[in-house]
Amino acid sequence: MPHQVSVFAENRPGKISRITKALKKQDIDIRAITISDAGDYGIIKLLLDRPSDGIDCLLSDGIAATLKDIVAIKIEDQPGGLLLISELLSEKGINVEDAYGFAIKHSEMAVFVFQVENVQRTENILRDSGFQLMEDKDLYLL
Amino acid sequence: MFWNKDVETLDRESLNELQLDRLQKAVKAAYNTPFYRKVFEANGISPNDIKSLADISKIPFTTKQDLRHSYPDGMVAVEKDNIVRMHASSGTTGKSTVIFYTQKDIDAWADLVARGMVATGATKKDVFQNMMGYGLFTGGLGLHYGAEKLGCMVIPSSTGNSLKQIQLIEDFNSAIIHITPSYALHLVEVVKEQGINPHDLNIQKAYLGAEPYSEATRLKLEELWGFKAFNFYGLSEMNGPGVACECENQNGMHVWEDYYIVEIINPETGEPLPDGEEGELVFTHINREAMPILRYRTRDLTRIIPEKCICGRTHRRIERIKGRTDDMLIVGGVNVFPSQIESVLMKIPEVGNNYQIVLERKNNLDKLNIRVELYSKMFHGDLNELKILNKKIVDELRALIVINPKIELLEPGSLPPSMGKAVRVVDNRKI
Repeated sequence: MPHQVSVFAENRPGKISRITKALKKQDIDIRAITISDAGDYGIIKLLLDRPSDGIDCLLSDGIAATLKDIVAIKIEDQPGGLLLISELLSEKGINVEDAYGFAIKHSEMAVFVFQVENVQRTENILRDSGFQLMEDKDLYLL
Repeated sequence: MFWNKDVETLDRESLNELQLDRLQKAVKAAYNTPFYRKVFEANGISPNDIKSLADISKIPFTTKQDLRHSYPDGMVAVEKDNIVRMHASSGTTGKSTVIFYTQKDIDAWADLVARGMVATGATKKDVFQNMMGYGLFTGGLGLHYGAEKLGCMVIPSSTGNSLKQIQLIEDFNSAIIHITPSYALHLVEVVKEQGINPHDLNIQKAYLGAEPYSEATRLKLEELWGFKAFNFYGLSEMNGPGVACECENQNGMHVWEDYYIVEIINPETGEPLPDGEEGELVFTHINREAMPILRYRTRDLTRIIPEKCICGRTHRRIERIKGRTDDMLIVGGVNVFPSQIESVLMKIPEVGNNYQIVLERKNNLDKLNIRVELYSKMFHGDLNELKILNKKIVDELRALIVINPKIELLEPGSLPPSMGKAVRVVDNRKI
């Protein structure tokens, strides 16, 4: 199951550079980044090529960060691509807490990354329904 | 105008005699409480050692800690049946300092408040609007009973709700208001926003208390409102408001010396200082049944004005309070110690070691901001969890200090490492 690194950050200039500086030192590559904002502070979410190294280097720099289980799934990069999976999740009563997606260059595929309460159950449901789940390596090395 | 002219203008010699007689009685009563019995015995003194007013210096000081340690009733000198009321202020570790009153004490307190009000020129014809908090805090109920004793109609409007306050002032022609200086600065702006000229209102006098303010603020308030502003001083350990009050000359507060022995001491050495020198204010309540408190260190800084007042009262005056000898903060009239805030924060596991208390005044209202570093190991990457944490800190602080703080969650390491308590408090208010 893939992981995302979530970082606590105050909402002020410099919040991203502090993190990226720490990651660059360890030669860690950011595959995707998104920020959830709650006013004075927020959470920066990172897909890293080496998540466990990434979390270690952030923590040792005194940054409040944690590793979160996520679900990542390949979908068709075309209208309605997201519809199939979102219908299935809704039918099974799975709430998507937080999500982002991106298209893969030179490919007809896109990736949908999201957070749910029960990652294992969600993965099972998706796998049983024929969706293509992404494992750690496929995701980070895209 | 006098409420009790004989007492208020009693010649110094008779006043001293009255004080000695009452001091000796108060010391005897105190000796019967568990707390003072222990103190007297530990220091090898007995009530019979108090033969003159100067002998008061033989008695050790009483501090706020002593009151907490004798919680709830280690200083009570009467049968519990005879107690009719208590007031309390919030405590550092959840324990409050509690003050008890018999019916006689309540009546005497009201009488002193009425005396102070008359000294400012108040009469029973005045409608009195009391904009201080009612409840455990002594500010609201103290003036309430005193104004009723004088015969005023009291509007117990309590704090907040500015539009309602203004409507009451207008509809009932309030002539006297009791208010904190910061709220008075705020309320006058609301009055103007309503298209009302504050000078058109009937308010003649304002009693300002519960927080320190400067002479410049008094003059500003008088100009903005068109009333005369009087300093009304008190502390719950000595009953509450009414311990000392300005007369119509507005030049220092008369301490009612038939009830209180006032001393000024050097806060470092505890040595008594002569009249005129600035130091820490110390009070002995010499006329209270339920709870005699001897040589209480107020932590307030001021001086005794040696000169006689032209009003004819013989009771000496103290100057406005200049500051504190401890780190107590007064936020919107409420007393807060940084240690109270710290005790709440340090009980919450998600809170790191560093925090900062920032005080600001916006639209003349005090704002308490607490900047808290998140403890990195307790961060689980959940935004909702952070919102719940924020609310938890607010709720727990509000429960202890009765103020609604704004919490700022900070990244670990973003505050300067703590270097003692003082650095943790940033007071940006201009008083």
